[in-house]
Amino acid sequence: MTKWFYKHRFLISRRITQITLMLLYFGANAWGWSILAGNLSASSLLGTIPLADPFAVIQMLAAGALIATNIAIGAVIITLFYMFVGGRAFCSWVCPVNIITDSAAYLRRALGFNRIQKKQPASRSLRYWVFGLSIVLSALIGVAAFEFVSPVAMVHRGIIFGLGFGWAAMVVIFLFDLFVLTNGWCGHICPIGGFYSLIGRLSLIRVRHFEERCTICMKCKEVCPEKDVLFMVGKSSEQVLMGECTNCGRCVEVCDDDALNFSIREFIKETK
Amino acid sequence: MKELENSRRTFLLNSARAVGLAALGGLVWSAYVDEIVASSLTLRPPGALAEEDFLKTCIKCGMCVEACPFDTLTLAKPGDNRPLGTPYFVPREVPCYMCPQIPCVPVCPTNALSEALVSSNGKLDIAKAQMGVAVVDSQNCIAFWGIQCDACYRACPLLGHAITIEYTKNERTGKHAFMKPIVHADICTGCGLCEKACVTEKASIFVLPREVALGKAGDYYIKGWDKNDEKRLENATSEITKTEISKQKAIDSLNDMKGLLDD
Repeated sequence: MTKWFYKHRFLISRRITQITLMLLYFGANAWGWSILAGNLSASSLLGTIPLADPFAVIQMLAAGALIATNIAIGAVIITLFYMFVGGRAFCSWVCPVNIITDSAAYLRRALGFNRIQKKQPASRSLRYWVFGLSIVLSALIGVAAFEFVSPVAMVHRGIIFGLGFGWAAMVVIFLFDLFVLTNGWCGHICPIGGFYSLIGRLSLIRVRHFEERCTICMKCKEVCPEKDVLFMVGKSSEQVLMGECTNCGRCVEVCDDDALNFSIREFIKETK
Repeated sequence: MKELENSRRTFLLNSARAVGLAALGGLVWSAYVDEIVASSLTLRPPGALAEEDFLKTCIKCGMCVEACPFDTLTLAKPGDNRPLGTPYFVPREVPCYMCPQIPCVPVCPTNALSEALVSSNGKLDIAKAQMGVAVVDSQNCIAFWGIQCDACYRACPLLGHAITIEYTKNERTGKHAFMKPIVHADICTGCGLCEKACVTEKASIFVLPREVALGKAGDYYIKGWDKNDEKRLENATSEITKTEISKQKAIDSLNDMKGLLDD
């Protein structure tokens, strides 16, 4: 049992952070808590520190909105945090949609859908197109274009303020990931993930691979939602530096040989 | 050489495909967003910017909803058929109770709800709110039938200012009075307490967004007796159109027999 916990230690911590954050937001709305009020688009921490989704603020800028100081500060805080500390950790540690897409990916592996569908009909760079298109369309139609269609916002707003037909968005993402495209939403389409991939490139917290311990069992690549970032597995000892890595830690915990672990970014390349 | 040409061709085809797909996605996406933000019957919280700016500026965080002590405000959910995630209220369900402290406005992080729009002399003043304007359906309002009802008048937080009662003679009975509610659009905040209080099955007084309910006289008509109204002319633009006839002086044009004597 303890082994099971150890083998899922990051997964459990991630679920705890995701659910706790949603609970704090929910409590702010339902019971008047003031620890974290608002939602993932913009919030107020302890009633004083503003936080804001930088991607939403970029779209608002493109749409021609006047950006209030509060929201600008909030967006800068979030950007700096993920840029220098967390990398793309928003996707795996905060976003509630991650729970849906992880379940779909788990079912896909467990039921063997990956074996009958080997070809992926879309490229992972699609999200950067959606990201660019969000900004262009915001400028053209004068409203934050992605914010009005974002299933991610539908889900976190739904959890906090009432779901309405938002459950349909959840089901659509789940079915899409299960039957259409492996890691379809989070790994291919979501421009929020694209945005954090772009800014998270420089962050300090990085997974590190030790080639000499690797037995090339490929369990890490099996569970990784962004397989491309683990290109070095079994080939060379280095850090996972691609921005697409969400720091979810699944590869670290499934590895039986201690060949992967979290580390602090090394800025100077080791000479062998 | 052949290979080079091939790769150039592939590159061009790939670029064309990418651009085409982006255009396709962009068109569908923008058409959809354009459609869903076009809902014009949505009532916004006090201090909201003009609808177009409000949709630009609101980040959909729901902090106004949380601040509202009466649970008046809701964030539009999928299925509400309103611009998704933006705050609104339905007065017949829960009206705006016009708190003097207006808790929903200062919490807005983006100034989509602007304190300046609900302040006078640097102090918050909810009476300045312009959430909408009440409209009376005189066909179904029972006060217009001659039945005595002043529920809306009594419910109005700006009692005696936003709604007044007009007395007119009831010719049908010859001895009674109609007591008709009259809304004064310049004072009415659109809080909807009247709509909530209305006794008819479906409210006969109801709040509509101001841009839906109110007309606009334009620059051609001015209250000549009102100094303030004359100020509107300062920004008026005029355009003089010339036709064949207006080239002549007016009197010549009237005396012109051409065309009448020809046959």
